Amino acid sequence: MKYLDEFGDPELARRLLDEIHAVTTRPWAMMEICGGQTHSILRHGIDQLLPESIELIHGPGCPVCVTPLETIDKALAIAERPGVTFCSFGDMLRVPGSGRDLLSVKSAGADVRVVYSPLDALNLARENPDRQVVFFGIGFETTAPANAMTVHQAERLGIGNFSLLVSHVLVPPAIAAIMESPRCRVQAFLAAGHVCSVMGTSEYPPLAQRYRVPIVVTGFEPLDLLEGIRQTVVLLEAGRHEVANAYPRAVPDAGNPAAIAMLGDVFEVTDRTWRGIGRIPRSGWRLSPRYREFDAEERFAVSDVRTREPAVCRSGEVLQGLIKPHECAAFGKQCTPRDPLGATMVSAEGACAAYFAYRRLDLARRS
Amino acid sequence: MCLAVPGRVLRVTEADGITMAEVDFGGVRKSVCLQYVPDAAVGEYVVVHVGFAIQRLDERSARETLETFERMGVLKEEFGEVPR
Ligand code: SF4
Repeated sequence: MKYLDEFGDPELARRLLDEIHAVTTRPWAMMEICGGQTHSILRHGIDQLLPESIELIHGPGCPVCVTPLETIDKALAIAERPGVTFCSFGDMLRVPGSGRDLLSVKSAGADVRVVYSPLDALNLARENPDRQVVFFGIGFETTAPANAMTVHQAERLGIGNFSLLVSHVLVPPAIAAIMESPRCRVQAFLAAGHVCSVMGTSEYPPLAQRYRVPIVVTGFEPLDLLEGIRQTVVLLEAGRHEVANAYPRAVPDAGNPAAIAMLGDVFEVTDRTWRGIGRIPRSGWRLSPRYREFDAEERFAVSDVRTREPAVCRSGEVLQGLIKPHECAAFGKQCTPRDPLGATMVSAEGACAAYFAYRRLDLARRS
Repeated sequence: MCLAVPGRVLRVTEADGITMAEVDFGGVRKSVCLQYVPDAAVGEYVVVHVGFAIQRLDERSARETLETFERMGVLKEEFGEVPR
């Protein structure tokens, strides 16, 4: 139990774990949707502290990982254009497109910048009116309000040299797609806390009913995860297909109404392809007609993109929870965070990167 | 990039017609958009994601979270600007 003293409150962690062990009578498989949670689970060895009969299946909630290859290739093509300043969150820079990544395009001379917030990109556009500034707008419902406000500001302030390459994805349709898969083993979900901080909890009861799974809104810190898992096991053992909120300090049931209103104005729901998973109906957002002029895909009309995914990479199966990262033959060999073959090895939230960072030694020893 | 970090509002300002704030994250200060949490006052804690406050948080749990993140080195990862 060497990990427990990292938990901040080892006593509380111990109590939560004891309760989880006490209530568990059968094997259960639950999926944490969010890659940030996967990272935290691996980092703290939570999967190893749980009863052996509880399996955590790692879900597709890493926006960097599921951004479609075609969109990455479009980003590379746009970033290479003369006169373009291409802005992105840092973790997108090493995500492999068909052969290259943003970092190599930058080394070859393109103006690629890492920003902390989309508003930084908007400011760059204002300061450099002779450049076309493009922001790579990826992310789940947590990130979308930031991008929505930025586009809204661009329109209001008349900053015409700003645009957004949009690849937003949504959690509830992904839950439905996972449950519809014939190979699905998931019996319960830990819903991503900060997605619910924005959207609230109202989208989940219909899913819990329809697929007969408990869904527990869960935070990211070790103790929050233990509490979310505890509540999930209690619901599973009682056969109750309900939604519970184990992260109420950051998740009011109504979410953030101001953010939801802005999202409804700036975006509209669209079908989206998820890298490694495929097309999921109504699973993303694109700019609504009123803001379409800020859509980088339309402004730069990138065509002739031909995608090529490395054949050995099994990140699609990893993202759907069908295999664990170390079951991929390339894991830790041809594929490492320094030399990633798939997006799930790049982002800190990607399951392959998390396994590499925290489980490599014991997995290698075992095999 | 998916992390949301609690920070304390130090100063509320107005820029280009939206409410902004200077927010302290355990020593690191950032400019944060407060438009989605407009009633957050100076001294209160908000949960911040990519430069936008998305919820308020009570002081005790915010401090505990910041301590946890500090211990795990998460704050450095989140606010370091260079890709690893
Ligand atoms: S280890 Fe690398 S090659 Fe294998 S699934 Fe993960 S990202 Fe793809």
